[in-house]
Amino acid sequence: MALSMPANAHAPNRAGLLIGRLARSREATLAGVVIVLAMLVWFEAPNFLSPTNLVSVTSLTAIIVIAAVGESLVIITKNIDLSVESTMGLVAFVVAEALKGQNLPIPAAWALGIGLGLALGMANGVVITVFRVPSIVATLGTLSIYRGLAYLVANGQEISVSDLPAGYTQPASQTFFGVPFFVILAVAVVIVAALILRYTVFGRQVYAVGSNAEAAATIGVRARSTVFLAFAVSGMLAGVAGVLWGIEFGQLYASSASGESLAVIAAVVVGGVSIAGGSGTVVGAAIGALFLGLINNALVVLNLPQEWLQVIYGAVILLAVATDALVQMRAQRAKARSRMR
Amino acid sequence: MTEDPRPAGGPDAPPPSAEASVAAGDNSGGAMNRLLGSLSGAARLEVFLVVILAVLIWWGAQLSRFFLTGPNFGFSTQAVMEISIMALAMTPIIITGEIDLSVESMVGLSSCVLGWLWASGVPLQAAIPIVLLVGVAGGLFNGIIVTRWGLPSLVVTLATYALFRGLGHVVLGSTVVSNFPAGFTNFGFGYVPGTFVPWTLLVFLVLALVAVAIVHRTWIGRQVFAVGKNKEAARYSGVRVAALKTALFAVSGLVAAFAGIILTSRTSTASPDNGLNMTLAVVTIVVLGGVDINGGKGTVPGVILAVFILATLKSALTQAGISTDYQNVAIGLLLIVSVITPLLARQGRDLVSRGRLGRKRPARDPAPGEVVR
Amino acid sequence: MFHRLPRAAAGVALVFALAGCSSSATPAPTTAPTTAAMSGSVVMIPKQINNPYFDVAFKGAQSAATALGGTLTQVGPSAADATQQIPFIQTATTQGAKAIIVSADDANAIAPALKAAMAAGIKVVGYDSSPAVGAYNVFVNQADTAGIGKGLADMACDEAPSCTGEIAVLSAAQTATNQNAWIAAMQDTLKGSKYAGLVWDGVYYGNDDPTISTQQTQAMLAAHPNLKVIVAPTTVGIVAAAQVVTSQNLIGKVFVTGLGTPMGMQAFVKSGVSPEFALWNVTDLGYLAYAVAVDLVTGQIKGNPGDTFTVPSLNGGQPYTIGADSVVVLGPPFVFNTSNIDQYVASFGF
Repeated sequence: MALSMPANAHAPNRAGLLIGRLARSREATLAGVVIVLAMLVWFEAPNFLSPTNLVSVTSLTAIIVIAAVGESLVIITKNIDLSVESTMGLVAFVVAEALKGQNLPIPAAWALGIGLGLALGMANGVVITVFRVPSIVATLGTLSIYRGLAYLVANGQEISVSDLPAGYTQPASQTFFGVPFFVILAVAVVIVAALILRYTVFGRQVYAVGSNAEAAATIGVRARSTVFLAFAVSGMLAGVAGVLWGIEFGQLYASSASGESLAVIAAVVVGGVSIAGGSGTVVGAAIGALFLGLINNALVVLNLPQEWLQVIYGAVILLAVATDALVQMRAQRAKARSRMR
Repeated sequence: MTEDPRPAGGPDAPPPSAEASVAAGDNSGGAMNRLLGSLSGAARLEVFLVVILAVLIWWGAQLSRFFLTGPNFGFSTQAVMEISIMALAMTPIIITGEIDLSVESMVGLSSCVLGWLWASGVPLQAAIPIVLLVGVAGGLFNGIIVTRWGLPSLVVTLATYALFRGLGHVVLGSTVVSNFPAGFTNFGFGYVPGTFVPWTLLVFLVLALVAVAIVHRTWIGRQVFAVGKNKEAARYSGVRVAALKTALFAVSGLVAAFAGIILTSRTSTASPDNGLNMTLAVVTIVVLGGVDINGGKGTVPGVILAVFILATLKSALTQAGISTDYQNVAIGLLLIVSVITPLLARQGRDLVSRGRLGRKRPARDPAPGEVVR
Repeated sequence: MFHRLPRAAAGVALVFALAGCSSSATPAPTTAPTTAAMSGSVVMIPKQINNPYFDVAFKGAQSAATALGGTLTQVGPSAADATQQIPFIQTATTQGAKAIIVSADDANAIAPALKAAMAAGIKVVGYDSSPAVGAYNVFVNQADTAGIGKGLADMACDEAPSCTGEIAVLSAAQTATNQNAWIAAMQDTLKGSKYAGLVWDGVYYGNDDPTISTQQTQAMLAAHPNLKVIVAPTTVGIVAAAQVVTSQNLIGKVFVTGLGTPMGMQAFVKSGVSPEFALWNVTDLGYLAYAVAVDLVTGQIKGNPGDTFTVPSLNGGQPYTIGADSVVVLGPPFVFNTSNIDQYVASFGF
């Protein structure tokens, strides 16, 4: 069959350029939508773009961004991590519990949180790569198991702001030249992750495993170690998000961060990362998180009836993904056309 | 690819000879051997599930002397009937390689529509069919977007998971309707007179038989498996993949709406929050029942066994005074263990067979409708 | 129960005390029966297990069990879901418990199961959140609804400078019966002339979820830049709101009040975000619920309106009277402020 023969050497390049341009425009389009949305809301409620509101909203969103970077990694490898909310909640509580009363220095608390997140992510990785349990099933199980650990640690207690060291929650509102500290942290994480994905071997392996694990295996990419690493990193970043969660909220419960897994996955998906694996960028996931966070805020600021919140949220996700598919379809048609020439 | 005329299982199938196919380790020898090998595989998994169920029943009896009583059986099964019937509808969807996350929100939406209609004076005989239609409409919405626009079902149903729940809030607002007539609530909460068999268990058993028949004995079921194993090959052999998937989503929506009616009846409350957290329970049951989340493999009897395993586990733990938080941990552990064990067993078997013959099993496409383990 | 209060808060406390007075009769000769001992098992089913508020009530019930006899266990759902409460009620019924003490996630959803329990001879005592009328023998209400509503209005009036300014409410779920009742009572009170200077900016729903409560507070502040007081009649919401006000550096410009736990709000009382807020004695709530259960089981009371009973360590020894719909009120709420917050964190322990 003609189509299976290697096409002439130039055609893939032209198609490649076209795809590249379109892919890049995905993030650009989303960023553009965010800006347009912000302007529209600003007309109705000027206070929406006030520094205070932006700082508040983006601080909270920054936590989701960091978790979303980890989740993107996992989803690009054609897996999924449903347990991220339980990792965040468990880490948040354990770190706060460790700080309570004792004089654990804050850097040590950070190390504890990140280490715990890493361990939980590696546990997911083991179940998935060593025991070959499909990731959706494995993380469905660890979603409950890690949350159970949080209940065990909490033992009916909650942690209040007064239990924590003085000023512990201040970083949530601190800014450097007007940019919230959390946002700077999130941007740093995104940049590092983007660089790793683009310029390192590991990054290429992540995309390779996600697009075609068998083909990747034939060229020596070990899918299992790549996936394991992806889950380990995802757990570590969820741990970071968990520590930040504690700083943001101060008040922690055994059930902290319940429901955030879907928020993280929605952000990643809206950001253009395909659930089928092999494509998408962490920058896109970050913008997706920002987009959804702003929508949440905008809907309430605009005084839309609260009942419509979820409807609009769902519609937004559909639209974002639908435009994604449209772009992909056009790209594929263009690729097929260019190959025919 | 022609249709395989042999029955895929059941009383007409020749008895399996497990040892022959395993010892041979070589499945290139004849279509009959292939079928036997695969049949024993399916039976093996169900045996495994039956063993788990038996162990749990024994364990529950040790935990509490009230475990093996009629009332306990009654309300323990009643508590899981909504998610169980949704699991029946979810099974073929997952076998085709898709998923429907929006089922719990359709439960909420249908409950709200029912409540709103009832509060507006519409008699239940008219309201219930309308609610079922809403379910079908929602399912069609999912199915059309997935098939027409080619969007992944995980994402589409994630969106409708929010959308349907939101629509429920819009329909009912902050009001809660609870003045349903006793006849209606008795359906969800009552038993067959003189027994401890809940009405809804009867409904589930009927639907389960229908599901077994359709998925394992009809051409629809064979197409479902074919699509799950190889969508393109199925399409080339004439299966209308888009229509099939859309129909499956529509059925899932219909069943979710029906589950919403049952839940509303059982709690005699229509509320937008009805059904919260049910989706993960449904997926858990389906996976526990041996259905491969990646599509192409699974049996409805396995899912039925999983329903009773879940009900038994929850019942035993509740009798022992364990609260839901740790029950969920147990369920999570059981889920992982139950998926790992057959995989480990198969890896062990592969090692054994490879060791004996020194060569790998050749890859081959299974016959349509065949269940491969 | 007398303690030194600033004058304004004293007025509020007096109002609360008067509102709560309907539950305790004028000192009558103690013909009201005191609690006798009992044996048998009592099962406590809160809205949500592992919730600190309910764990404190459980501890109160446990001390009552030590004093009055009987074995007490607590079981419940991990999420505030009524359908998950049903199996626990049914299991308690089949296991032959003497009494069930329950806080309803949904008044009607658990009613059939509770009625079945009552038909089997089990006594049902509601606490914190009432099951439907007819599905319990007695409901122990932590405070009088009208009293709470008025208290919320008064605290808002106190915190708004000269009782003037915009106020908004951060509530729990849209369908939460308790909160909706309190908010309705509050709006009723606000019709009075004393509150004419207060402008109502609406109700936002935080679903008792810290994230949603935080997001709703942020949006509330963005939509109403001149907001003066946030009233949050939910222990999760009030903390979230106070945290947002703190992190947005609005201390002194926006105040938070409502219903909160002493430990959760201690830091905010001291920083000035929340000069005063209220709650009831949750430990006593659990204690009273258990004592009522014992009284019902031993037959000391039938649960009918007009029944009176005494619980030695509560209410200063004064008898409780069961009111309409078989509801008995615990007593007046506590108002916390800078002068008593440390003392109550220590003594309440929550």
